[in-house]
Amino acid sequence: MKKILVSGKVQGTVLKSNDPINFLGTVDKKTGIISDKNHDLFQKSLKDSILVFPSGVGSSVGAYTIYSIKSNNVAPRAMICQKADLTVATGCALANIPLITITDEEFLSIEDGMKISLDTDDSNPIHHQ
Amino acid sequence: MELTKQEESALKGEQGEMMQMAYRILVATGEATDAEKLIPIEWTHLSGVNYNTIGDAGEEFLSSISKEARVKVKTTLNPMGFDIDNVSNYGLDENFITKQLSIKNSYETMGVIPSFSCIPYEIYDIPKKGTQVAFAESNAAIHANSYDNLKTNKESAFSALASALTGKSPNSSLRKEDKPNVTIQMKVKNPNELSYGMLGFFAGKVGDISVNVSGLAEMDKRQCKAMCGGMGTSGTCAKFIFGEGDSDCEKIDFDEKEMLNIFDELNTAEKGDIITLGSPQLGLDEITELSEKLKGRSFKKRCMVFTPRIVKEQAKKLGYTNELERAGCEILSDCCTCLTPLINKDSVDAVTTNSIKGAFYLKNSNGVDVNLKPLSQIIEDETS
Repeated sequence: MKKILVSGKVQGTVLKSNDPINFLGTVDKKTGIISDKNHDLFQKSLKDSILVFPSGVGSSVGAYTIYSIKSNNVAPRAMICQKADLTVATGCALANIPLITITDEEFLSIEDGMKISLDTDDSNPIHHQ
Repeated sequence: MELTKQEESALKGEQGEMMQMAYRILVATGEATDAEKLIPIEWTHLSGVNYNTIGDAGEEFLSSISKEARVKVKTTLNPMGFDIDNVSNYGLDENFITKQLSIKNSYETMGVIPSFSCIPYEIYDIPKKGTQVAFAESNAAIHANSYDNLKTNKESAFSALASALTGKSPNSSLRKEDKPNVTIQMKVKNPNELSYGMLGFFAGKVGDISVNVSGLAEMDKRQCKAMCGGMGTSGTCAKFIFGEGDSDCEKIDFDEKEMLNIFDELNTAEKGDIITLGSPQLGLDEITELSEKLKGRSFKKRCMVFTPRIVKEQAKKLGYTNELERAGCEILSDCCTCLTPLINKDSVDAVTTNSIKGAFYLKNSNGVDVNLKPLSQIIEDETS
């Protein structure tokens, strides 16, 4: 782990993407489904996942999208990124979604579909179940 | 980040949900920008006002938090989508007007000064040297750091809002002594405000946190503002340091060739259907100068002039608004060229402007073509 940006404790199934996510343009606010055909999570729902992706990109207004999907109960339970960006950081802060950044090695070791628990109070916050 | 006991307690929710959210934003922003602590700030300037930029999600969020949230320090506000005095002349749809007014109300309820201006540095007194502020509008943050001896991060709409609610901001790199590793050498001869806008745009692409710039002649306010507006548009860099910098700095020339590259990127039309002046909004000096230049002349096409309400009121007392309106200018307060819904590609193909920042957003958000010219050329070509 590199940094804790928003703290919290959750469990869930990993939804992993190797593409960065532009929340403003590619995530449906009502359904939490990725609507960008060119994205590797196209048509996948973010709801209740532990979303693992490199970083956010695009306009900082995308933070409001993260807040909206949380209000509509279709948000991920936590987000884990390689790099902290201001859009995802503020979006998760607004919506109170736990967010940490991890090393490249840790990023490679997490696979799509894995069941994990995340506890930012633990010195080793990610546990495979 | 190291937090004080009081900050920890707020982050845990012991001071209410609103403070908890505000501190969550400050901590997340601070961690993302390598800050080690929060520091007190004396003035915040918020972005995220125009319904065109924040949309329904932003409107709903602000409406919800305004029931409880109140600002703790002097807080001023960016432009919104229209001038409330003449919005009925522009055929905007009812939904836009309703949502925009809701956003305006939410900010006013929170105790924000409804300045609707992107040039807070020109319409308010500047606090003493070294004062910590939190400005979200990019041109204002760059101007504050570079020309006004203030210190600010290039805040996001959210971190600035959290700063307004708490009176604190992350102590990120821009607030500290920074030694840029790049120096841009200005090589363009006889530069006008358009050249300085393009220099800023170039600097924003090259620089990271701050950038040295050398070879500048004495600049007027319009040129300084153009340079800040240009840089805020193209990157994350938010401070000019004037001079050559250290000897080991990488030196990059901004010459006619580099300038032409940027001109070709942003200039997409030979002429415009309308003219816009102001992005950043015009201050009183620029309004004064414009009314002098327009003596005995009139625009042959529509010319929209964007200026803060307080400047419009001063200009009115001094007789300048009469002079500008006689010359065919539409004077608009509370809004700006950037992201205005008042210019729409259904009725306008191309806009003539002297603003690099305006050009970028007209092209990318409004989807219209842009014809770039310095003010002197605009007056020569477009008035008689």
